[in-house]
Amino acid sequence: MPNQSPQVLVAEEEQRLNGGPVINDFSIQVATVNGSGSQSSNTVLMRSIFQMGIPVSGKNLFPSNIAGLPTWFTIRANRDGWIARRKEIDFLVAMNPETAREDVMNLDPNRVVVYEETLKLDQYRRDLAFFPVPFAKLATEITPDSRLRKLLANMIYVGVVSELLEIDPAETETALTKQFKGKAKAVALNKTALDIGSKFAKQTFDRTVVPYKCQRMNATKGKIIIDGNSAAALGCMFAGVTVATWYPITPSSSLCETLADYMKEYRIEKDGKANFAIVQAEDELAAVGMAIGAGWAGARSMTSTAGPGISLMQEFIGLGYYAEIPTVIFDITRVGPSTGLPTRTQQSDILSLAYASHGDTKHIVLVPASVEECFQMAYDAFDLAERFQTPVFVMSDLDLGMNNWMADPFKYPKEKFDRGKVLSADDLKRLGSFRRYADVDGDGIPYRTLPGTNHPAASYFTRGSGHNENAAYSERPDDYKRNMERLNKKYETARQHVPPPEIQYATGAKIGFLGFGTSHWAIIESLDQLQREYDTSVSYYRLRAVPFTKHLAEFFERHDRVYVVEQNRDGQMGMLIKLELPAELARKLRSIRHYSGIPIDARFVTDALLAAEKGGQN
Amino acid sequence: MSLTTQQPPAAAPKNVNRLGLTMADYKGAESTLCAGCGHDAITSQIIKAFYEYGVEPHRVAKLSGIGCSSKTPAYFLSKSHGFNGVHGRMPAIATGVMLANKSLISIGVSGDGDTASIGMGQFVHLLRRNVPMIYIIENNGVYGLTKGQFSATADLGSKAKSGVMNDLPAIDVCTMAIELGCNFVARSFAGDPKQMVALLKAALGHRGTAVFDVISPCVTFNNHEGSTKSYKYAKDHEELLHEISFVPFFEQITVDYSDGETSDVELHDGSHIRLRKTDKGYDPTNKGEALDTLRKCQELNEFLTGLIYINEMKPDFLTLLNMTDEPLATLPQERVQPKEDDLREIMAELM
Ligand SMILES: Cc1ncc(C[n+]2csc(CCOP(=O)(O)OP(=O)(O)O)c2C)c(N)n1
Ligand code: SF4
Ligand SMILES: [Mg+2]
Repeated sequence: MPNQSPQVLVAEEEQRLNGGPVINDFSIQVATVNGSGSQSSNTVLMRSIFQMGIPVSGKNLFPSNIAGLPTWFTIRANRDGWIARRKEIDFLVAMNPETAREDVMNLDPNRVVVYEETLKLDQYRRDLAFFPVPFAKLATEITPDSRLRKLLANMIYVGVVSELLEIDPAETETALTKQFKGKAKAVALNKTALDIGSKFAKQTFDRTVVPYKCQRMNATKGKIIIDGNSAAALGCMFAGVTVATWYPITPSSSLCETLADYMKEYRIEKDGKANFAIVQAEDELAAVGMAIGAGWAGARSMTSTAGPGISLMQEFIGLGYYAEIPTVIFDITRVGPSTGLPTRTQQSDILSLAYASHGDTKHIVLVPASVEECFQMAYDAFDLAERFQTPVFVMSDLDLGMNNWMADPFKYPKEKFDRGKVLSADDLKRLGSFRRYADVDGDGIPYRTLPGTNHPAASYFTRGSGHNENAAYSERPDDYKRNMERLNKKYETARQHVPPPEIQYATGAKIGFLGFGTSHWAIIESLDQLQREYDTSVSYYRLRAVPFTKHLAEFFERHDRVYVVEQNRDGQMGMLIKLELPAELARKLRSIRHYSGIPIDARFVTDALLAAEKGGQN
Repeated sequence: MSLTTQQPPAAAPKNVNRLGLTMADYKGAESTLCAGCGHDAITSQIIKAFYEYGVEPHRVAKLSGIGCSSKTPAYFLSKSHGFNGVHGRMPAIATGVMLANKSLISIGVSGDGDTASIGMGQFVHLLRRNVPMIYIIENNGVYGLTKGQFSATADLGSKAKSGVMNDLPAIDVCTMAIELGCNFVARSFAGDPKQMVALLKAALGHRGTAVFDVISPCVTFNNHEGSTKSYKYAKDHEELLHEISFVPFFEQITVDYSDGETSDVELHDGSHIRLRKTDKGYDPTNKGEALDTLRKCQELNEFLTGLIYINEMKPDFLTLLNMTDEPLATLPQERVQPKEDDLREIMAELM
C-alpha cells in the first residue's frame, strides 16, 4: 500500500492555511452553557452559510441537563459536501467561562478565537488569532432586561462571526427572520443584536487576517435542512400512521412531538376531528402495548424510544413477534445505560434489536443513514410491518435524529399502501373460512382478520405460541415446531423485501468497508482521503437492513478483508454478520469501532484502516 | 319513584335474543379450569349478559393478561376476536385496540395478581384515561396459575393452604378505582349469578372504563378454612348494597311512583338500572358516600357488593382525543395520507 508520511500532511495543512484564506472549508464551534438560548443563534448562523450555497452540517454536543452545563455546537462548512463530524476546530466562539481555557488549549495552531473579552483567553496561547468582544457590554446597549441581554449576546456573536467570515448580511437577516417567524418583536430585537455584533467587528477588527472565508457557491439550492427525527415523523405521517404512543426519552422525544405538530396541521379533517390518536403513555411498556393493541386491531401504529425503552419493551416485542402483530418501533440510539450519557450518540442497540425479547425471536431492522432515509424508511416500515405482520424496527441514532442535516427535498410516496394479508368480510364470504396461522402462499406469511369484521368465520383467538394453524390452543410439540419454522420462513422471505444495501465496488480493491447508519458520512469522506492521500481504493458496502440480503456474502467473497465500521465497543454488527456468514468468509471480517459517544469522523476511519492494514494482513 | 318494565309489543321468539342469536352463539371453547373454579361461574354470566343484552359478537374484543382468569376469554364468545396478552399489561392493549377501532366493545378479564401487582401501573392509568371498556377482576386473593401464592388483594390475616398467614394489608381495587376517577365501579361474587348479570349489563350500557371486581374463589388453592376468599367466607360476609335489576334501552319503562323502595339510574346508552334499596338507602352516585361505605365495610371485615359508584357525566378518553367517528384502523389511504402539495409546502418551509 502506498504511504504518505505525516510530514507531508502537516506541510499540506500549513499551505492550506498560509496560502491565502481557506474558502468554504472550516468548522466553527460555539461553546456555551445549555439553557442560555444559543440554539436559535446557532441555527441562524448555520442557515446563513447554507443560504450562501455552501454545504453545511451542524452538530450539537449537549449535556443531560436543562440549564447550566457546557454545550458545544459545531458547524462544518465544506465545499466538497463532506458533512461528517470533523475533529479539528478552526473557529472557536468561546462563551462559556467554565470550558473556555480548555477549549482554547485544544485548538491547533493558527486557529481563530472569538471570545468574551473579560475571559482574557489570549493569555493562554500565542499561536492563535484572538478576537475579544465585550458581549455583555454590547448587550446592555439593547435592553436593560438582564435575562434578555444573555439571549441577545448569542445573536451578537452571530453578527461578529458573520462579519469575520464574510457571510452575506442579507442571508443572515433572512435566516433570522425565518427563525423567529411570526414574532415581529423577537425579529426586531435580534436584528438589533446582529447589527451591533457585525458593526462592532467591522469597526474593531481587520477581517483580512481571518484565514477562513465564506464565498457564495451553488451547492445547496433546492435543499432542505432537517433533523432525522422530524424527517422520520414526516415519513410516518405520509405513511398514514393513525396511532402513535410514546414515552418521553432523549434522543427520541422530538420524533413524536414533531409528529404531533405536523398531524395537527395536516391530519385534521374538515369537521375538525383528528384521523389519528397520539398518546403519551405512562411508560414504554404501555407505549409498546398500546401500539401492539392498535396494530392487532388494524391500525398503522408506532412508538418511538431509545435503548432504555427498548429494554422495557422486550416482553411485548416477543409477543408481537409470536402473535404476528404489525407495529413500527423507532429506536433512536444513544449510549447505555439509562443513567449514563443520554445525550451522546452510539450505534449500540444492534444486537438487542435484532434478537429483541426472549425465546426464539428475530426481527426486521431498518437502518437509515440520512434524513432522506429517515423519511423513506419510516414510510417503508409501515408497509413491511403490515406485510410481514410483525414489529419492525427503525434504528436511527442521536446524531442523525437530533442534529440538523442538509438533504434533497423528500419525494412524495406515490404508491399504494401495502396493508398486507387482511381478509375482509367479503373475502370470507367467498372463502367460507380461514386458518389464521396457515402458510397458504408458501412465503411464511399467514392471513389475518381484524376485530370488528362482520362475518361469523372472522374471529380467532390470539395468544403467544400455544396454538395450531387454526389459532386453537395447542401444546403439541409438532404444532409448536411447525409454527416456529413458518416464522423462520417469513423472516427468510423478508430478505427480499427489506431495503437492499448500497454497494460501491472499487476497481481492483482488495479491501472493503462495511458501514451503516451515520457512520456512512465518515466512511465516504475516508474513502476520498484514502484515494487522494494514499492512492488506496477501498470498496464500500452500506448495509440498510437486517435481515441481510444475498449481496452480503458476495461482497465478502470479492474482498480479502472487510472492515466493519461501527459506533460501539464490541462490534455488534460484526458479530451479527459473523453469525450469518460461512466460516471462510467470516474470517475476512475486521472491525473498526468508535465509541466515545461523539460522532465518528473520517480521519478516525482512515487512520484505523491504515493502522490495521500496516499491522499485518492476516 | 319506581319503575316497571314492559316487553315490546311484538314478542320475540323464545330462545333467541333481539339479534336472533341463541345463547350458544355466545359460548366459547370448553373451559380447562378446575371444576368449581369461580372464574367459570363468571364466564357463564358473561355469556348470559351478552346474550340477553344482544351484543353483536363480531363487535366485541376480548382481552386479557395472564393467569387462570386471563384464560377465560377463550371460554366465551367464540365469534369475537380475543387477545391473550402479557401479564398485567392488558390495559395497554385495550387502549390501543380502542384507539384503533372505537366501534368495538372491549371486555377485559384480569386477575387480582394481574391487576393489583404486576399490572397496577397500567390499571391506574387505564382508569385515569377512562378508556371505554369493561374491566373484570376475577379476584381470588391468590395467584392461581402459579399455584397459590398470596396476591396483593389477600386480606390481612388470611391463611394460605400451607398455613402461612398473610401479614400485609389488602389493596382494595374498588376504593382505588373510585379515587382514580373511575366512573363505574361494581363488585359482586361468583356465587351470585343474578347480581353479576345485572351488573355486567349495566357495564355494557356505560361509556368509559367499567371496573367490575368479582370475588371468585380458587377452589384449588384458596377455598379452605381461614381463607377470606372462599365460597363460605364470601357468603357469610357479603354485604349487599341493593338488589339490582337492569332494563335495557330496547325495552319500555313505565314509571310507578307508588314504591319508595327503588331508585333508578339512566346509563349512557339509554338503559336503566333499578336499585331496590336494602335497609340503608345507598346512593351510588355519591362518591363520598361510596368511599365511606367501602371503608366502613372493610373495618367490619365485610365486603360490599352491588353498584358501588356510578357517574354517567364524564367523557371517555376517545371523546377527549376528538377522534373522527369512523375506526382509525380502516380509514382509506386518501384520508390518512396528506397530499403531494402538503409535502411540497412542508419542504419549502425547510429550505
Ligand atoms: C412477566 C411474568 N411474570 C410472571 C408470570 C407468571 N405468572 C403467570 S400467572 C401469574 C399470576 C396470576 O394471578 P392472577 O392474576 O391472580 O390470576 P389467577 O390465576 O389467580 O386467576 C403469574 C405470576 C408471567 N406469566 N409473566
Ligand atoms: S387454580 Fe384456582 S384459579 Fe386456577 S383454575 Fe384452579 S381453581 Fe381456578
Ligand atoms: Mg388470582
